[in-house]
This record gives sequence, structure tokens and C-alpha cells, in this order.
Amino acid sequence: MSDKALSTEQAEFQAFCRAWLQENKPAPHSTPLPQAAYEVTDPSHLTYLTEWQAKCYEAGLIASDLPKNYGGHGMTGCQQIASTEVRAAGVPYFINWIGLGMAVPTLLECGTEVQKETFLPPIFSAEHIWCQGFSEPGAGSDLASLQASAVKEGDQWVINGSKVWTSLGHFAQYMLLLARQDKSDKYGGITYFLAPMDQPGITVKPIHKMTGESGFNEVFLDNAIVGDHLRVGNVGDGWKVAMATLTSERGAGVGVGAVAGESPMLVMEQVIQLAKDTRRNGRRVWDDPVWRDRIVKVYERTEASLYNGRRARVKALNGGAMRIPLQGKLTGSEISQSLHQIALGILGLKSSLYVGDENAPANGKWPLGYMNTYTGTISGGSSEIQRNILGERVLGLAKSK
Amino acid sequence: MTTPKDFGFNDDINMLKDTYAKFLLEQKTIEALRPSLSGTEDPYHGAPRQAFFDTQNWQKTVELGMHAVAIPEAQGGIGMGLVAATAIAEEIGRSALPTPLSNNLLATFLLRAADTQPAKQLLEEMAEGASVGLALYGEDGSLEADSTDVQARDGKLVGTAWYVTDAQKCDILIVAAQTQDGIDLFRINRSDATVTVNPDRIVDLTRDQAGVTFASSDAESLTENGQGAICLNDALPALLTLTAADIAGAAEWQLQATADYAKVRQQFERPIGFFQAVKHPIVDMMIAIDETRSLVYQAAAAFDFDPDDAARCAHLAKSSASDTAEFCANRSTQLHGGIGFTWEADVQVYHKRQMHSQFMFGDGIWQRAKLADLL
Repeated sequence: MSDKALSTEQAEFQAFCRAWLQENKPAPHSTPLPQAAYEVTDPSHLTYLTEWQAKCYEAGLIASDLPKNYGGHGMTGCQQIASTEVRAAGVPYFINWIGLGMAVPTLLECGTEVQKETFLPPIFSAEHIWCQGFSEPGAGSDLASLQASAVKEGDQWVINGSKVWTSLGHFAQYMLLLARQDKSDKYGGITYFLAPMDQPGITVKPIHKMTGESGFNEVFLDNAIVGDHLRVGNVGDGWKVAMATLTSERGAGVGVGAVAGESPMLVMEQVIQLAKDTRRNGRRVWDDPVWRDRIVKVYERTEASLYNGRRARVKALNGGAMRIPLQGKLTGSEISQSLHQIALGILGLKSSLYVGDENAPANGKWPLGYMNTYTGTISGGSSEIQRNILGERVLGLAKSK
Repeated sequence: MTTPKDFGFNDDINMLKDTYAKFLLEQKTIEALRPSLSGTEDPYHGAPRQAFFDTQNWQKTVELGMHAVAIPEAQGGIGMGLVAATAIAEEIGRSALPTPLSNNLLATFLLRAADTQPAKQLLEEMAEGASVGLALYGEDGSLEADSTDVQARDGKLVGTAWYVTDAQKCDILIVAAQTQDGIDLFRINRSDATVTVNPDRIVDLTRDQAGVTFASSDAESLTENGQGAICLNDALPALLTLTAADIAGAAEWQLQATADYAKVRQQFERPIGFFQAVKHPIVDMMIAIDETRSLVYQAAAAFDFDPDDAARCAHLAKSSASDTAEFCANRSTQLHGGIGFTWEADVQVYHKRQMHSQFMFGDGIWQRAKLADLL
């Protein structure tokens, strides 16, 4: 974005980001990376991506606006610029997406000074990879029904139970953990912890997705130990703290660094190109008016998301502070899913060819990407839960439960 | 992108928007419209509907200066751009107001695009309070430049212009006519003896519409040498954006009315908004509206600050708006249940305005066909 409203400092920083990203864009890894950070399982991918994130942090593209004692770079109004430039540069994603996207905003909002100073810098540098221990086999959309127990013994807590869908659990040093200290109080019986993963009481077992990939896990907590100094917020305030985490996960948080890989507009352009390059029934798919209409409708929605992002920051036009931000995760994931469905339609039978087939267009990227869009529409509060939240918090409709 | 981060909504424009919104709220526009609808509801036996035109409202609108926001200062106007006009159009839609102001805003941009002496003259008259209607369509209602059925021969107009919106509320008509050079624009007084206005019986209760027949009417050229087609093309982004803004405003009303109803209407011992079969489609209305609003503001900003991108942004805005009009009208009636289907419900008034707006200056499918050509 080359906006007139940038200050001198911001304009200089923008120019710096562009030049730096151009110069430092890493050579591709010898084997293709998965499409998103949450699918990484190969240790050599981890090393490659950790080095990349550390380098970006050192250059000021991560934690740009945070104070120096938290490991930040102490700038003002620069994070947005850095994140935009990172997303537009076609560079690898940041591996520590849960750390950046969820742990950081949670700690900033609810952590103690010691917690912030201790945990933030290694998140930025990807020295510590983080995972999230919220969902359980019996607690998905109804997250507050979670059962993992926390019992206080002296100055530490003993945790028992199991967590599921734990992305990056196999690499993580720390987990954002919700556990129940009081079975009699559904919402007030939950406490929030920062749990060290490297201990005998924790076992991580991979789960395989419909794509065949892994990247997420089941985590068993069997007398796992968490010191009381690693509790975030008061005992029983875990649900409130979790809401801060989830608000960030759903796109409404402060943000300390671009997490996503390819921007939606970049994928959109690829789909248009795909329609122009693909011939069927004697003509380009792009020349079929039915396909054109479908493609341009998603193009319209992708553009709208872009300008929604801008409008959310204009107080006179946004219809309330949370109205647009709370839509971000829902619309972003659903648009991405439509976009991939369209790509499959453009390819027709060719879309049957999967990763590893020598004739597969773009090495099976489209069917793989399509299946992975369900990560977006299900995790972090499914689209159905998002609609409840929007109806209740923005429009004031009666709570569904 | 070189459009401003606030879409050009500076303090002046925000104040203008608030002033006009407050004025319309005080006017209780739907209540004012209601008496004119009484006795006209039966399509088979009812009285023919007279075009409702609150002339006092129009007078006050002129006193407030709303009619002149986008008229250049040299012609006695306020000299603001499409961003300001869009802000006003959105409020017109929100209040479903029958007013010549909508067309005056459209005409302003058509005349600005023409940029001829007669066009400037007409802008001056508009700054003084003259109201202007647009006679651009042929019988097929398409927007292609050669679709007008009116012919101009030796400065005289012959033939019929179709679907002339608010023809009964305007003093002057701008007419697109075929000449030997292509399409040109003409002006003529609606009250001219050779001009016959045949009101259509239309669905929309908040606008009027007519076929206007010219019987060898003396008309003054606003453009020459076939420049009318170019001028229409240049002004099209403004026409699309203003119509889309009207839709966005009306859709937001539909959203709030439906959400309010879902909070008070009780069934199965609960407000119906409790049920996800009701809650989720209301949220989907909001999502559709927010996408449309963002595209509308971007289209207005592009017209004023980044004209090379104006056509693309305007097609995007109207593509989104047309679909939002259809969707929000549909859901607002459905979720109001039986009462929403009645003549006495206000949702039906907005529903019909949206049914009309959806197709003005091309529906979503047409906009997307045009967009695809640009991609």
C-alpha cells in the first residue's frame, strides 16, 4: 500500500521492508514446504522456517511496535506495514504462528511483567515454538465443557486429561493450556496456564488429516506439572483469558507479525490465470460466461475483504469497533474455500490428480489446498460458532447457549 | 492503491452525512409515505397510485444544500466529489425516501462528464433548485450505449424513453438519443407540450417511473458529435456507485429491522433470534452489507482520487450491491414471517425498493461480465 497518510518514519520503514525482503528472500528448501505452518512435520523444514523467522525478527519485521523490554523494536505504526509487505513478498510463512498470533496477544493483555519479559522474545525469534491446548475430544465448539483437571499441590499444579487438534504439538516447547480447577462451575472453573511440553507427564501422538498430512496431534497429560508462576490471570479466570486468545485467532487482535503465507489476492490471481490457461470443450474456461461469473463473484468478495480491513480502522464508517474484525476469520476461511472449489472446477477431471502424481497440475496444490481450507472453517471456532458470536455480540440477538 | 485510508471521508463529509441523516430521521420518511399508499394496494381494483412527492421535504433538502454538494463551485455548488454524494445516497436508501435528489446526484456527474457550456448552464439551474430526471433506457432496459429508442433529427426528439425513474418529480429531463453521429444527450422541460409522461404501474412504492414520449420535441443539445456515449461511459462509475450506496443504506435498515424483530418476536418460549436458523441468516445479511459498503466507499474514493481504477471499483460495488439487495430483501421478509408479507409492514416497502435498485444500471451478472473484461 503506498498511502499518502504515511509519516516519514513509516514511509522509510516501508521502503526498508521492501528492499530487505527482496534481498533476503530465502532460496526454496530442497523439498516443497507444506501450504501452511500448521502442517509442518519435517524437522529440516522446521530448521529452515525457524531461521527465516529469526532473521525477519532481527530485521524488525516482527514485534516492530512493541517496547524493547519485551523484545520489541520500539517503533510506532510500523507493524501493519511490515505485515502487509511480508504477505505481499511471496516469502515463506512464519512457523511460530500460534506463538505470534495467540500467545503474544494473550500475554500482552493478561500476562505478568515477568511472563512478558521471559516469554515474548523467544516467541519472536522462534526459539520457542508454541502450541495451543484448548480443545478436547469432548470439548470442541462447546469449549467450556473441557474436563482436563488442574489440582494445586504446593506452588505447582498437577494436570490430567487430554487435548486434541494440537497443531505443532510435536515441535512445541510450550502450550497455552486450559484446565479445570473446579468441576462445579462451567465457566468460572477454568484456569489458564503456560505449560512446558518437555516433561515426562506429556505425550504427543500425531493425528493424520483427510489430506494424509499430519501436523496436529493428540496430547496426553498424565500428572503433568505446571508451576503456579506459569498461570495467566487469576485462578478461575481462564475463560476470560481464553477469550483474549480467541479474539486474536479470529482476526480481531493487535497483531505482531504476518502469519499467513500467500495473501488471498495472490491466490485469486492464480485462479484467474488458471482459468485463462485451462482449455476445455474447445475453449478457455475463462471464456465460458458461467465460469466467469463464478470466478468474478469470488474476486468481488476477496476485494471486499481487503477494503473491509481498511474500513475497520475508520471509526466513522465501521459500524462499531468489533463488527468487521469479528467477521474476518469467518469470511476469510469461506472465501478461501470457494476459491479452491472454483479452482477444482476449472481443472475438471485434472483435479483428481493428487500430490506426487507426475501429471498433477501444480503438484496437486489445488485439491490439497481445498481439503486444507476446512482447517479454516472448522478450527478456532467453526463457522457456525462464528455466526453465533456475530449474532450475539454485534447484533445483540439472544444467546444460543 | 492511492486512495486515502479513510476513503476520503473527512470531517466535512462526516458532518454532512450526519446532518442529512438527522434531517431524514426527523422527517419520519416512511410514516410520511404511508397515507399516499392507502387504497392503492389492490392491483386489480384499487385506485391508481399517485407518485408520492413531499415537496416540503425537497425544499428543505435544497435549503440544507444537499442538492448541490457535487455541483462545481463555478456553477454555484459546493464543489465536493463522489465521496460526499455517496454519503448522501446511502442515507436516502436508509430512509427509502422518494426524492428527486437521487437523480439530481446522478445527473450532476453526467453533466460534469459532459463538461460543455449547456451542461454547465444546467448545473447552475440545478444549484438554484431545479430537479432533473434521466431518460436513458430503451425498451429492453439494457445499458449498452445504443439501446435508446429516442431519435434526434434536426434538434427534434422523436420516440419513447423507457423506465424513466422519478419522471413525475423532475422539472427537466436529460435524454439520450440516437443522432447521425451516434449517441448524444439533450435537455428538455418535462412540462413541454410535446412531451407525454405515461406513468408505469410499478412495484417500488418509493419511486415513480414512466415511459416518456417525445413528439418532435425541440430539445437543446448537451453534447455534440456523438460525445454523449463517451460522457455516459465516463459518468457510469458514479451512477453505479451512487445506486450501490442507496442499496447499502436500505440493506442496513433491513438488517437492523430484522435483528430488532428477532429480539422481540417470541416463539417456543424464546425470542426467535435465539434459534440459529434465524440468527445465522441475519448474520449473513450483515456480512453481505459490510462487503458492499466497503466496496461502495472504495468506488467513491477511486472516482475522486484514482480515476484510472474507478470503473473497476464501481462494477465491483454494484455487483456486490445488487446481490446484497436481493439477499437482504429476501431474508428480511422471510424472517419477519407472516407480518413481513403484509402491506402494513415496513419491510415490504424496503423490499420493493431493493427489487428495483437491484436492476438499475445493470444487475450483478452484468457488472461481473464487465469486470471480467477488465481482468
